[in-house]
Amino acid sequence: MRGKAIKYGDNVDTDVIIPARYLNTSDPDELAGHCMEDLDPNFKAKAKPGDIMVAGRNFGCGSSREHAPIAIKASGISCVIAESFARIFYRNAINIGLPILECPDAAREINDGDEVDVDVTTGTIADITTGKTYKSQPFPEFMQQIMASDGLINYVKQRLEK
Amino acid sequence: MTQKILADHAGLKEVKAGQLISAKVDLVFGNDVTAPVAVKEFEKIGIDHVFDKDKVAIIPDHFTPNKDIKSAEQNKLIRDFARKMGLTNYFEVGRMGIEHALIPEKGLVVAGDVVIGADSHTCTYGALGAFSTGVGSTDMAAAMAIGETWFKVPEAQKFVLHGKPGKWVGGKDVILHIIGMIGVDGALYQSMEFTGDGLQYLSMDDRFSMANMAIEAGAKNGIFEVDDKTIAYIKEHSIKPYKVYLADDDAEYVAIYDIDLSQVKPTVAFPHLPSNARTIDEVGDVPLDQVVIGSCTNGRIEDLRVAASILKGHKVHPNVRLIVFPATQAIYLQALKEGLIEIFIEAGAAVSTPTCGPCLGGHMGILAKGERALATTNRNFVGRMGHPESEVYLAGPAIAAASAIAGRIAAPEEVA
Repeated sequence: MRGKAIKYGDNVDTDVIIPARYLNTSDPDELAGHCMEDLDPNFKAKAKPGDIMVAGRNFGCGSSREHAPIAIKASGISCVIAESFARIFYRNAINIGLPILECPDAAREINDGDEVDVDVTTGTIADITTGKTYKSQPFPEFMQQIMASDGLINYVKQRLEK
Repeated sequence: MTQKILADHAGLKEVKAGQLISAKVDLVFGNDVTAPVAVKEFEKIGIDHVFDKDKVAIIPDHFTPNKDIKSAEQNKLIRDFARKMGLTNYFEVGRMGIEHALIPEKGLVVAGDVVIGADSHTCTYGALGAFSTGVGSTDMAAAMAIGETWFKVPEAQKFVLHGKPGKWVGGKDVILHIIGMIGVDGALYQSMEFTGDGLQYLSMDDRFSMANMAIEAGAKNGIFEVDDKTIAYIKEHSIKPYKVYLADDDAEYVAIYDIDLSQVKPTVAFPHLPSNARTIDEVGDVPLDQVVIGSCTNGRIEDLRVAASILKGHKVHPNVRLIVFPATQAIYLQALKEGLIEIFIEAGAAVSTPTCGPCLGGHMGILAKGERALATTNRNFVGRMGHPESEVYLAGPAIAAASAIAGRIAAPEEVA
């Protein structure tokens, strides 16, 4: 996957990713329409399909609302790279199939607007603009199985069918 | 403690930090924001029953009583699901409460349980010596189907509490002090264990309030060592068998903190992170438009007693709107019997039916641009209670009541 980096700071919380006033729906497109609006009112206009979100520490902290990764995914973001993720957001992203990579060096050094190429299976991140490449921690095998089944629900379905 | 509970629920003799396990859950639940997504995901699995209708709970509390047509539709969806599945534990408006106050009160969780809830403040039940943690809707859906979920076994930090807290210091002040010390990601992916002889001075309501905010330090769970108070609470509220897990003498911790409760001062977290903690003497002049007393953090009977003891005989400042929302119907009724509700109303407060509404900027107390609130809730992120340019300050019920009278953030001593 390849796209332009859209960069944010530390502790991007779920209330700014998708404010609670819009949680009376679970429609992905409707949620995408309000994604990031309290932190960056221009997000909707600038996010193009395939773009990559880059952020600092503790991305997705706060609420357990799965609406947060759903809104990011439905906005066309192909992948989120951060120094670290809040744990419920991390689970939710894997469960719904939003690729995320924990890579402190890449998260710090990639600039807003850089062209970035990501290979999720190998965990390789290439900043085309600066020419630097990074390697993120690979996912544990168990999570790879969930992702290979295309999310947790299909994984459970396959388990129940056995 | 956490590792032993997880090992037992995974059918293993022992587990190590970092290990991925599949564990049986004693309770899985969600609310009107998270359960609709979970129900839709559950239906994709293609089965017509949950794994155990006594171990799945649905509690509509965020946008209830229904705040608009969309919320009403979401609530209808989960109500229909609860009826179709024959769930024992669906709690309707008028008989409900804020989930994290209601679940312990109804005895649905006891020491030694593994509980997951599709709400981040599920970590509250660590106060009872249970392992409980927040998950998302898809996790809830999967666990409703198979009664198990996956965990990465967390490392642990130990907080040894000793000394006796001062008159106006409650669990909320202690946890804000701790989060101020370690930061909003200070316990990321880890377990926070609370122990020490200072526990004897912390009531169950203090402990619920502290465990509730473990997530605000990024923790997977917060868990208290079980003592006589815990056992008394469990016996009063539940008929379920419980199991007490003690930490081994040689248990490994990534950090150990020593907290002298006698040195903790009433504390306020400034916008826009719970870790921006300042002691009350460092607050300065902060005028307020709204004060909120309630929520899953501080809407329990003791919180209301503390607030009422300060508000009695006083009036809410003319510039302030004070909103009090007891966390459950039983707490509301108890407060009514004790005359607390009368004190609030005579002081000029609005008293609300249990709801999460104002805490997350849902309804029942939204802030306009530039407005400032002090709340006994748990989050003060940008836009949390309304307009993105409004502000939320977090504190315990004593500071909240004093501030409602003073019209600015105030210490209880200033008005009491």
